[in-house]
Amino acid sequence: MTASNPAAAAKPDWSLAGLRFGALLALPVLPGMIAFGVAVGATAARKGFSLVDSILMNALVYGGASQMVAMEVWPDRITLASLAALALLTATVNARMLLIGASLRPWLGPLPSWQAYPMLHLSTDPGWLIAMRYRAEGGNDAAVFLGASLLVWAAWMAATTAGYLMGALVSDPRRIGLDLVMPIFFAAMLVPLWRGRRRAFAWGVAGAVALATEHLVSGWWFVVTGAIAGSVAEGFADE
Amino acid sequence: MNELGGPGALAAILAMAAVTYPMRAGGFWLMAHVPLTLRLRRILEALPGAVVVATVLPILVREGLPAVLAIAAAGAAMMIRRNDFLAVIVGMTVAALARAWLY
Repeated sequence: MTASNPAAAAKPDWSLAGLRFGALLALPVLPGMIAFGVAVGATAARKGFSLVDSILMNALVYGGASQMVAMEVWPDRITLASLAALALLTATVNARMLLIGASLRPWLGPLPSWQAYPMLHLSTDPGWLIAMRYRAEGGNDAAVFLGASLLVWAAWMAATTAGYLMGALVSDPRRIGLDLVMPIFFAAMLVPLWRGRRRAFAWGVAGAVALATEHLVSGWWFVVTGAIAGSVAEGFADE
Repeated sequence: MNELGGPGALAAILAMAAVTYPMRAGGFWLMAHVPLTLRLRRILEALPGAVVVATVLPILVREGLPAVLAIAAAGAAMMIRRNDFLAVIVGMTVAALARAWLY
């Protein structure tokens, strides 16, 4: 392990109590996680994915927002080009996870790689938020991150599978608004992301570029162009 | 409903997983070697909101009034109660009602 930061030398603890405590801390985020998981599972059923493919995607990709967007654009036949397009779209939506991993470095960095790297597959926005709050309060037990992440993952797998089975039963998803679950959930997520005027500028750029792209290019490229344009605009908007 | 599945779908799922894990591990790995610049950090911080806006706005334009009403209601519910479960239920209910009345 190339730990270059000497300030973060304190090796985190690993305890069974921490595992349990992490799971306890994760309980408040479960309702939101389950709601989104049900929506993702129902979308997979509506789009015609097999249950096995749905379960594999939820376990291996494990990024609900990226899965939602990818499933919306999923082509009837997978070609090499559409494979690359799906990968690029997924990478764009999930690029925010780079930050999550970066912020975990000072805490989990002293762990051996074989412990830290597999654990990172379980990192999620809510699991990370919980663990960082615990960390900010002075905690140093890596098992808390693992415990919170494992419970969130288990809830995710249960909710997406249940959503798939429920979604397969609904004959007309449009009538109950099921086709709008993704934009509705996304829009609700904007509320806690609001940061005032500078964010409004970034969102304006993202929206304008997305609309222009949708007008000019078929497919879902507007997600990629809009997202990159908006976030770069905020990064370079010096006040 | 399309008939999806087979090796194509599996390959696409594996491709998605193959680009997502490096995003999870990449920031962690990178921080041991180079510190994130402030600018890059700000760009990554702005990404979730930008993804949402870039995804939702074209759908709103395409789907019209029921979608606009549903999303406005979900946003309002979220602002008042800060509960994403409630927001999704409210949004779907408004979408269903708006479609039943308007069409």
